[in-house]
Amino acid sequence: MTSAPPEQESYVVARAMPAIISAPPKRNAMMRTLRRHPTMWLGGTLLALVAIMAIFAPIISTSDPSAMNPAVRVQPPSAEAWFGTDMLGRDIFARSVYGARVSLIVGIGVALFATIVGMIIGLTAGFVRWADGIIMRIMDGMMSIPAILLAIALMTLMRGGSVMNVILAITIAEIPRVARLTRSAVLSVRELTYVEAAVACGTSKLGIIRLHILPNTVAPITVQATYICASAMITEAILSFIGAGLPTSIPSWGNIMAEGRALWQVKPNIVFFPAIFLSVTVLAVNLLGDGLRDAVDPRLAKRV
Amino acid sequence: MGSYIFRRILATIPVVLFVMLFVFSLLYITPGDPAAILAGDQATQAEIEAIRIDLGLDRSFPVRFVEWSSGVLRGDFGVSIFTRLPVSTMIQQRVEPTLSLMVVTMVIAITIAVPLGVLAAWKHGSLIDRAIMLFAVLGFSVPVFVIGYVLAWTFALQLGWLPVQGYTPFSEGPWPWLRSLLLPSFTLATFYIAIIARITRATMLEILQQDYIRTARGKGASEQAVLFVHALRNASVPIVTVIGIGITLVISGAVVIESVFALPGLGRLIVDSILRRDYPVIQAVILIFSFVYVIINLLIDLSYTVIDPRIRY
Amino acid sequence: MKLLEVRDLQVHFETDKGVNRAVDGLSFSIDTGEALAIVGESGCGKSVTSMSVLRLLPTPPGKIAGDIRFRGEDLSTKSEREMRRLRGGEISMIFQEPMSSLNPVYTIGRQISEAVRLHTGANTRAARKRAIEVLILVGIPSPEKRVDEYPHRLSGGMRQRAMIAMALACNPALLIADEPTTALDVTIQAQILDLLRDLRKRTNTAILLITHDLGVVAEFAERVMVMYAGRKVEEANVADLFAHPRHPYTQGLMDAVPKLGQVRSGKMSKALAEIPGRVPDLTQAFEGCVFAPRCPRAEDVCTHLDPGLEEKADGHFAACHFAPKEAARDKA
Repeated sequence: MTSAPPEQESYVVARAMPAIISAPPKRNAMMRTLRRHPTMWLGGTLLALVAIMAIFAPIISTSDPSAMNPAVRVQPPSAEAWFGTDMLGRDIFARSVYGARVSLIVGIGVALFATIVGMIIGLTAGFVRWADGIIMRIMDGMMSIPAILLAIALMTLMRGGSVMNVILAITIAEIPRVARLTRSAVLSVRELTYVEAAVACGTSKLGIIRLHILPNTVAPITVQATYICASAMITEAILSFIGAGLPTSIPSWGNIMAEGRALWQVKPNIVFFPAIFLSVTVLAVNLLGDGLRDAVDPRLAKRV
Repeated sequence: MGSYIFRRILATIPVVLFVMLFVFSLLYITPGDPAAILAGDQATQAEIEAIRIDLGLDRSFPVRFVEWSSGVLRGDFGVSIFTRLPVSTMIQQRVEPTLSLMVVTMVIAITIAVPLGVLAAWKHGSLIDRAIMLFAVLGFSVPVFVIGYVLAWTFALQLGWLPVQGYTPFSEGPWPWLRSLLLPSFTLATFYIAIIARITRATMLEILQQDYIRTARGKGASEQAVLFVHALRNASVPIVTVIGIGITLVISGAVVIESVFALPGLGRLIVDSILRRDYPVIQAVILIFSFVYVIINLLIDLSYTVIDPRIRY
Repeated sequence: MKLLEVRDLQVHFETDKGVNRAVDGLSFSIDTGEALAIVGESGCGKSVTSMSVLRLLPTPPGKIAGDIRFRGEDLSTKSEREMRRLRGGEISMIFQEPMSSLNPVYTIGRQISEAVRLHTGANTRAARKRAIEVLILVGIPSPEKRVDEYPHRLSGGMRQRAMIAMALACNPALLIADEPTTALDVTIQAQILDLLRDLRKRTNTAILLITHDLGVVAEFAERVMVMYAGRKVEEANVADLFAHPRHPYTQGLMDAVPKLGQVRSGKMSKALAEIPGRVPDLTQAFEGCVFAPRCPRAEDVCTHLDPGLEEKADGHFAACHFAPKEAARDKA
């Protein structure tokens, strides 16, 4: 039985990523941006490849990722099993290909939820003066709990690790970062002369959020969201690796590596291949984030 | 100044209280019956009830919280569900490896990362700058346990320079102690180096544009003096801040890396406790790590006034 | 032998749009104890000139060519170490922004004595004593107390005095003052100029004053050089220049300065003149006179023939085809 998530979700994932890259409307402008930010181009391309792999996992992987075959346990890489097999005789290549789905869904899911909730909290703190102190102390408190530990506690208390539970646990741990960023963006935008003028003219709070705050915070928040995506992928892998994440039946990169943990000194290929997949994917997201940051912050981009 | 320190220490109290409340209330706000979940799928009704009484879930939330938190403040974290030992005893046995790991990691990371970041900013745009920045991006893209395996495979298995795993207590001599910590510390430091080097470079780039840097060069100061005396101190506040925030990453990394290198520390304890569903232990370790984070960041906040005379509260 | 002699200085910057010729074939010199002013709009290359003398321009993207001689020695052959010995020692600089030119995390005493220690090898105590001496020299009240202050505790005028103290701490032969008064209040400006004039007399330090303010020039310098788009367009004694400006650009600059007694309100008054157009893009190649596109007197010849600098009267140079020779030009 495979517990791989439904096709549709991966499809949404694949669509969402290029949309971020092609933000500049004109084709020329886009080409120029890409040329000036090769890291964004590289990150985007790598990520697109991973997304394609996730979508077409059933076609790409030659065998069922969950099919156990005790006859061919812990085999080294071969023509039949390109990356070798694990202790239950499952094909590591097939499992690694399917692992892309879990990583992308967790990464993007966490980035999305943490951004939405974090922005709402940050906007509230930035605008409602009496709530600011309380909210920010709570955020400070949550930030002092290392994300992985918080996720471990939540996962221990939730019955069974499902993809949704993992996303939820990591999201809760990531919310404070977005909330802080949003709040500081709100505070600095509020100081701008034209926003003060708008306030003085009696523009409503929602109007100010829509007209001034959101346009000014979209860029830094988007950049932050890519970093959260990368960090969520790593956190998921770590949780699965230490046994606090997804059930071992789900082929996630962290799970594959966890299974290779005991044998890593003699059969490093079990750990090695999913590690490469995970590292390249996280690298791609980080490169994309760096590229975006340089693109939206011309002050930094000029230096490169 | 004295009153600032006092006020700053006072300000950490609500944060600590919130952390305690939050960690404690996780038992109550997660869906389902925590006693049943912690007892596991094969538990009998009697076992579940025993855990419920152990955790005090049979009593009301406020009563239980006051009881529990006053215990925590006295150093009493309750009793482990699995071993029946006091949690504080279990923790005491595990503190040394983790503390050693964190200290050695921080020392390695700061002594490598800051000069790297300064060098990258100074040679901005050059090949060496690009190489350092590439290393930095790789440093926080490759998960910490992967780095651990690669380093262990290379330096322990292939070259045989360092022990593959295990911990030698400090009491058996500083050199064996350090040898047992080098691989895990360098592993943990990779990520830390990456973020510190990046912030150092970014801040130094900005500082090196400042007029007073031109003044320093104009009076004939050497490049070393310009970088390390005039620029670095001005760049210190963001760098020190990131070092403080990065503590969470070192802690998170320690949890994993202690398993990879078989170090009998707090991280290993929490991982073992996950499988045993030993929530009191998990709770206690989280609290202790959070306190460490709060205290280090308090010290960092206080250090600002020493670094920059303009900061007066 | 001149104290500083610059011949055919070229400073180019590599940019995305092409090579920016920020300074293009500039020559000038300063005698010991002399006061020379370089005047021009922002972006005309005057600050770049001063920075290239001390080789303080970042290279790349900058590229410096030409002959810069200090006391007859070619500075381009000097090593970085020798240049450092010169900077802050024989040649020192003060900058436009006293607010940001002092390092905020060190006391002014420490910053001044750093220069002293670097150039005289004095120990900490002697350097501190010297710091207090120069603070007295620049007229900072209660210098024993001020020496331990951080810059943010001083007013703008006091900071500029501290900057000057730092520049003078090692008895330089040449002081380059880049817009030393621009960021200051008018009354403080006058005080700082008085101080510089007084110090020049007392210490016989040559001063290269860089400014966009003709008022400052008239008050301070002996000789003036007018720069436009990286080139020298006119050079003369202060009195000559103000009496008979020969280059249309200089005339334009002077007409743009409000004059005492000139009525500026009412219908009959003449509006303050301005120079039409904009400073040319220095990355673009051009032919003829740089100023031609903005010049009220430009004719065909100006657009294809570079006038070159020519001595129009005794010691009075201008780069204009139509600048009158010898006889003073009548006011039109």
